[in-house]
Amino acid sequence: MLGFIISRLISMVLTIWAISLVAFAIIQLPPGDYLTTYVATLSASGDRVDPRVIEALREQYGLGQPFIVQYWKWVSGIVTAGDFGQSFEWGRPVTELIWGRLGNSILLEGLAVIVMWFVALPIGVYAAVNKYSLGDYLATIFGFLGLAIPNFLFALVLMYLGYAWFGVVMGGLFSPQFEGAHWSFARVLDFLSNAWAPVLVLATAGTAQLIRVMRANLLDELRKPYVTTARAKGLPEWRVILKYPVRVALNPLVSTIGWLLPTLVSSSVIVSVVMNLPTAGPMLLRSLTTQDMYLAGTLILLLGVLTVIGTLISDLILAWIDPRIRYGGE
Amino acid sequence: MPQIPMAAEGPLLTLDDLSIVFSSPDEADIVAVRQVDLTLRRGKTLALVGESGCGKSVTARAILRILDKSAAIPSGQIIFSPDDAEPVDIATLNPDSIAMRTIRGNRISMIFQEPMSSLSPVHTIGDQIDEMIILHERVTPKQARERTIALLDQVGIPGPRERADAYPFQLSGGLRQRAMIAMALSCNPDLLIADEPTTALDVTTQAQILDLLRQLQDDYGMAMLFITHDLGVVAEIADDVAVMYLGDVVEQGDVFDVFATPQHPYTRALMSSIPKMQRKAERERLQPIQGTVPSPKDRPQGCSFSSRCPVAFEPCAKVRPDPTRTGKQHRTRCHLIERELKPGEVIV
Ligand SMILES: Nc1ncnc2c1ncn2[C@@H]1O[C@H](COP(=O)(O)OP(=O)(O)O)[C@@H](O)[C@H]1O
Ligand code: SF4
Ligand SMILES: [Mg+2]
Repeated sequence: MLGFIISRLISMVLTIWAISLVAFAIIQLPPGDYLTTYVATLSASGDRVDPRVIEALREQYGLGQPFIVQYWKWVSGIVTAGDFGQSFEWGRPVTELIWGRLGNSILLEGLAVIVMWFVALPIGVYAAVNKYSLGDYLATIFGFLGLAIPNFLFALVLMYLGYAWFGVVMGGLFSPQFEGAHWSFARVLDFLSNAWAPVLVLATAGTAQLIRVMRANLLDELRKPYVTTARAKGLPEWRVILKYPVRVALNPLVSTIGWLLPTLVSSSVIVSVVMNLPTAGPMLLRSLTTQDMYLAGTLILLLGVLTVIGTLISDLILAWIDPRIRYGGE
Repeated sequence: MPQIPMAAEGPLLTLDDLSIVFSSPDEADIVAVRQVDLTLRRGKTLALVGESGCGKSVTARAILRILDKSAAIPSGQIIFSPDDAEPVDIATLNPDSIAMRTIRGNRISMIFQEPMSSLSPVHTIGDQIDEMIILHERVTPKQARERTIALLDQVGIPGPRERADAYPFQLSGGLRQRAMIAMALSCNPDLLIADEPTTALDVTTQAQILDLLRQLQDDYGMAMLFITHDLGVVAEIADDVAVMYLGDVVEQGDVFDVFATPQHPYTRALMSSIPKMQRKAERERLQPIQGTVPSPKDRPQGCSFSSRCPVAFEPCAKVRPDPTRTGKQHRTRCHLIERELKPGEVIV
């Protein structure tokens, strides 16, 4: 087990390094750089720009340097000083900008994941155990709707209904008076009263998918002979189901925890824009369009790191709950 | 000595005219089992033989009421009369009721064909056996584990204390089947149902498991319903034998009787084909008669064997034969026998 963890940690470091390289390469792929975009915006609004000023800026930011030099500066800054570089657009260090945003993302999407699992697993189990029952059909219909309705549309509908029926303006994660405040009980309540709508929107598609996966996994397991053996012991039916096939059917789901986060971040971009949520998604989108390279690179890198850590955690959980993996069996 | 209650005299288990039907939303009902009569004597072994698909497993599962939800028992009785309790008709119990669950695993237990997949892959052998003991008896987990280890030792698993902590995939097929047997015996059942327990094993292991079952039956004194499609195994292990064809029990009797004087045309065909079946592959399939077994959907309305019977005559295809006594403990379902017993009648 220890050897397993060590080898996983080594490959984790290598993966993260590869992600940083690729992330940096990708954000440099589009022609031009931040200043080109900047000049374009300025001239679009009719301002005249002195080319010499631009050249000086380019020098100052190190934008003229070769790729590998820029990359090296960035990475050595991160490793030695935790310095992720400057955001051109905001004129502030990247570290000052991102933590709050990433924190909101993780909080919001973490909540969405919890809601997903708590709603989807019991429904999936019910649907599999009562295959072709009314409840199963309802779960299937909900599943199709949840998958078919785009997130942003659902968000818009929810906001419209909230306004039309209750006069509530949805958007943001905090009421103005709590925006910059420290965490307190009142602030948590305020957060929850705002966050339920985005969490609901974010969790819907995932819930629908998870119900289908759980139902399919469990249907496979329910057919297996060990379930009959458990039944033949004289256990009550609910204990047979929960202790044996559900337990085995959960294993493949655990391995999906790792890549839930990046999926959610990317799928939540539009929702975050629509509902005006201060999360990482819109910031990443904007930094990519303006070629704010250190900000974009850092966000991609950190999402990669989170994914790698998530995968490691889900692998460890999997090894812990499934002896076949722990002991290297079939 | 306490007085022996009435129940201790008759048979332990009687299946009377049992039928089992599977229904599904998009297909016609399947009558998997149509007419099953079986009598299990206390402490004896009844072998249930028949070709694959004739309804042996379904019958066995009906006795424990562990059939799928799609299955129903529209007719018949399953009378279980243990030594120390009132007889009960299992067919009328709710499968998930306490009455059924105290029988299941405790008084009647079962071992299955697939030792590879019949144990949970994510629980240790010990956990799975302990669970059964704790479920049916008032013991602490510690006591249960001691009993589990003793059982594993008894079924011939070396190093039982360590093996109790092993997962099924860490054991060979033979050892897994031994663990299954230990589990089935853990609550001292009155009846052990063994559904082709050796079919999935290699020949040497097969013989060892058969020996073990015979030995354990002597030690525990339980009755056994042994399901197989291998007549060689029947001769080795059974006291009684019942022959099944396409959902019907066509003949039941003492094993010597049935082997010496088979009555039903299907049984006769089976017996006469034994010497010819030298290769194991052939014996496995047990398909000695011309033509193939029809599916339950195409079962003739009358005698189920009439579509292949070499001596079928007028009423066979239309009218179901009733069981006729053809000796002490020996019953056969065939019009031929009915007719022979009524002298003076002419077969048209
Ligand atoms: N779950 C099920 N659903 C529908 N039909 C079934 C089911 N299980 C068994 N059957 C039917 O019951 C018949 C007997 O099966 P089975 O008892 O398993 O045969 P065997 O004698 O080989 O053990 C088969 O022909 C099959 O069509
Ligand atoms: S009843 Fe008729 S068809 Fe059936 S076994 Fe007897 S003789 Fe053959
Ligand atoms: Mg079978």
